[in-house]
Amino acid sequence: MQYVIIGNSITSVGCIESIRKHDTTGAITVIGEENHPIYARPLISYLLQGKTDEQKMTYRDEGFYQKHGVQVLTGRRVEKIEVEGQLLRLDDGSSMQYDKLLIATGSIPFIPPMKNLEEVEHRHTFLSLSDAKELEAELQPSSRVLIIGAGLIGLKCAEGILERVQSVTVVDLADRILSSILDEEGSARVQTHLEQIGIRFHLGDSVREFCGQEALLTSGKVVGFDILVLAVGVKPNIALAKDAGLAVNKGILIDQACRTSNPHIWAGGDCSEGWELLSGERRNLALLPNAYMQGETAGYSMAENEQRFENAIAMNAIGFFGLHIITAGIYQGEDLCFATEKGYKRLFIKDDHLVGCILIGDQVARGGIYTNLIRSRTDLRTLDFAMISEQPALMAFAQKVRSEQLGRAQ
Amino acid sequence: MKKIYVNEQWCLACHLCEYYCAYANSGLSDMVQALKDKPLHPRIQVEQRGTVSFAVNCRHCSEPLCLKSCIAGAITEKDGLIVIDQDKCVGCYSCIMACPYGALMPSESGVMQKCELCATNSHGLPVCVQGCPNQAIVYEER
Amino acid sequence: MGINYLYPDFEVVRNQDRCISCRVCERQCANEVHSFDEATGRMKADESKCVNCHRCVSLCPTRALKIVKTDHTFKENANWKGEVIQDIYRQAESGGVLLASMGTPKDYPVYWDKMLVNASQVTNPSIDPLREPMETRTYLGQKESVIKRDANGKIITKTAPQLKLEIPIMFSAMSYGSISYNAHKSLALAAQELGIYYNTGEGGLHEDFYQYGKNTIVQVASGRFGVHPGYLNAGAAIEIKMGQGAKPGIGGHLPGSKIGEDISKTRMIPLHSDAISPAPHHDIYSIEDLRQLVFALKEATAYTKPIIVKVAAVHNISAIASGIARSGADIIAIDGFRGGTGAAPARTRDNVGIPIELALASVDERLRQEGIRGNVSLVVGGSIRSSSDVLKAIALGADAVYVATSALIALGCHLCRTCHSGKCNWGIATQNPELVKRLNPEVGSERLVNLITAWNHELKEMMGGMGINSIEALRGNRLMLRGIGLHETELNILGIKHAGA
Repeated sequence: MQYVIIGNSITSVGCIESIRKHDTTGAITVIGEENHPIYARPLISYLLQGKTDEQKMTYRDEGFYQKHGVQVLTGRRVEKIEVEGQLLRLDDGSSMQYDKLLIATGSIPFIPPMKNLEEVEHRHTFLSLSDAKELEAELQPSSRVLIIGAGLIGLKCAEGILERVQSVTVVDLADRILSSILDEEGSARVQTHLEQIGIRFHLGDSVREFCGQEALLTSGKVVGFDILVLAVGVKPNIALAKDAGLAVNKGILIDQACRTSNPHIWAGGDCSEGWELLSGERRNLALLPNAYMQGETAGYSMAENEQRFENAIAMNAIGFFGLHIITAGIYQGEDLCFATEKGYKRLFIKDDHLVGCILIGDQVARGGIYTNLIRSRTDLRTLDFAMISEQPALMAFAQKVRSEQLGRAQ
Repeated sequence: MKKIYVNEQWCLACHLCEYYCAYANSGLSDMVQALKDKPLHPRIQVEQRGTVSFAVNCRHCSEPLCLKSCIAGAITEKDGLIVIDQDKCVGCYSCIMACPYGALMPSESGVMQKCELCATNSHGLPVCVQGCPNQAIVYEER
Repeated sequence: MGINYLYPDFEVVRNQDRCISCRVCERQCANEVHSFDEATGRMKADESKCVNCHRCVSLCPTRALKIVKTDHTFKENANWKGEVIQDIYRQAESGGVLLASMGTPKDYPVYWDKMLVNASQVTNPSIDPLREPMETRTYLGQKESVIKRDANGKIITKTAPQLKLEIPIMFSAMSYGSISYNAHKSLALAAQELGIYYNTGEGGLHEDFYQYGKNTIVQVASGRFGVHPGYLNAGAAIEIKMGQGAKPGIGGHLPGSKIGEDISKTRMIPLHSDAISPAPHHDIYSIEDLRQLVFALKEATAYTKPIIVKVAAVHNISAIASGIARSGADIIAIDGFRGGTGAAPARTRDNVGIPIELALASVDERLRQEGIRGNVSLVVGGSIRSSSDVLKAIALGADAVYVATSALIALGCHLCRTCHSGKCNWGIATQNPELVKRLNPEVGSERLVNLITAWNHELKEMMGGMGINSIEALRGNRLMLRGIGLHETELNILGIKHAGA
């Protein structure tokens, strides 16, 4: 059995670990473009911030591949998947046969057109370790950094570099920050926090054109900068799959076992579009836990021990300068709001089920209890919802449920 | 594998488990020195409401969501024991987001901590269980 | 307020250098002695509420607490002792009978401590119980004094119903009500594991405990609480309670506040009604009347269960026992005046009855003289504190002993003697669910099993030393005892020689 994995990432690790639970002999080959040991991309801002280093940020121990009997080709790119012959064409002209293939090509930065962008000399994206290192090499205490995008990537970048530069300015077309994961109140609170720490925002605005070291905004404002970071967003990297004729939408379409439209090919992680629990539709969920679990599910299926990953939801844990945020699910239905001086919580309830939550600051503790309610589709009538909405606690569950939770082998 | 299980019926809400836990993981050999006039950061926490109480700590799940969600690869499993490498942890709170039991929490230094059944400190056997006056938490095979 | 005649008995000594303000003392004290002072961030104590039960001391993780007896004193003398003065102040204030719990604390002679045990030297070999068999099993019930044969000359082996004890120790009567559900369950579980018996006391048998029937003695007392055919047949034996060592001449009292739903159901009395047992059985004014009840109970249980008659050790105990031995009863249980109680009038507890050692010796002697010792087995209780007390009791003539206070101590009781308050911090003498919860029967029964097993080891060790390998061979073997510091009358009653003689 020849397992081949394109991409050396979190999804790949999930896949390798689950294949090896059932198939200890099949050959596994990983082809990765990046020349680094596996790391999780969300760590790059922590690297710049000094909370981790290149050695610590490796996702698995040094002996991981050896222990799992995996052959790794790094710095090598797959040019083409020939589905008929189950063959991969590599960038060095060689080819490789596969019995079962996992595509884990991740995502690539999405860069909207901006006038004179290509003329900006110090221009970066912020997705990979190389991106981070390149950015870091240019940072000066006197640098004025302009970040385009007030989403997760842009703001984590801002946090990572703020103390190493003179100023950080963030521009976003949306009229509030983190608009993809927060509601208005949440955005406002986090923005206030970030502004107090020293980040400047131009929201509801965009770059009309770049003029040397100045960005002219649609609003007419002018922002001077030395370094530009493009963090508008990412998009699934589906070129190979599309080329091979696999069914794709925004991402590569997969089923609950993470199989693509081709019976010999699986996909997972940021490049894929799998079933999302709450919408009942396929969604691209570019989130780390999802990446691991999709890889894991694909691995089980590839090793012919099929399991289904059916409760994928959007979940984010992120923090900026000590202010932590956990969000999950969808923001629909009735809602309950709790605000304290140091935190904010909003719960979304639809048809007696919790479908979404936003937790900020002092409200994040034990947030997993909420996300679990969402993922497990727990009927809220079976527990003391008044209690649990106030504070996530196992106390709110029926005694019998709790004795399962705490008294049974999990 | 032996794990800590809760016999809720016998929990007295005395909170001794929390104190023994914080002491066991303090690295100090003297409880007074470890805990006197200091904020408590136990890895086991008692939930209490009215006459019902019970202690909650890591269940050492066979499908650990914290491990699968950790962005730093800091959470690992060895022979059923789920441990966190605090040196690798960056404090992103993904594990807090994932754990269905609310069993991970920030340590004093801001990185995450969790119950490791005292296997990774100098005590070897769960000190909370040894300190429980009523066998409301037990360390056994189930 | 106003004039406070009484000064607290105890002082709570807290080592502030060691106290970590974990507040476990505060959470665990039902008497609300401890509290956290927000202003200073320190724990403080109101010692006037302290009963010295040591719950806080035992749970304090840093050993920051101790309780000491106050050295505050009255201007007392040999006659007007502090406690006497205090009692007067109390009664002058309340106008009521003084209530007390557990056995009498008064300084009466403890004869167990004035008897010494023999051992083999040279002329007869001692036995090593770790290498050789040692029998502590015994049977309680009527024994045939003559061998009977059938028409074919075969020996008739059928005997009266017996209780088989793997160890000659039983848990004596403590009612469900006076002690908690979990205390009862601990006793039941331990009796089952040890192959001995526990006793329901006069409060009936909770339906959850019928499963332990093989190791249960069900009691019938003057209040007849919880007595019905199912109950009588649930146990291995039935005990008629005529009296109790701690309060001879009066019946048990359980205040309505302790009669919750479960207890009301078990006792078959209305919720929150006082459960007051009459002082006598109103159908028993003579041995003949007693005989009627004995046989009524035998009839009710088809002659399958031995009947025990329990009496308090009082002045003419040997004559009473002689009567009981002729009543058809299988076992006589005698309870000495140091026996415990959940609540008794202090004057009765401290002044009525006689020591069990003297009662036992005189009863055994009397029954032997009358040739009716085989009619009954003798079980004695009333402060059996150790395996040596057990050994001495058997050498004085007992078949087995009853223990209760020792069992409660094993469960955590610290003899604070405030059972009657209902606020037992150890979950034993209380019906408050939050306190009852503190006694996990798994833990409790294990401690009881440990205690009795340890005593059994010690019994075997001492028996081996005497060259005796069977508990039955020790019974009534008074040559194995010598008195120390006793005068002639005491020695005569005990039927033993003085040490050296």
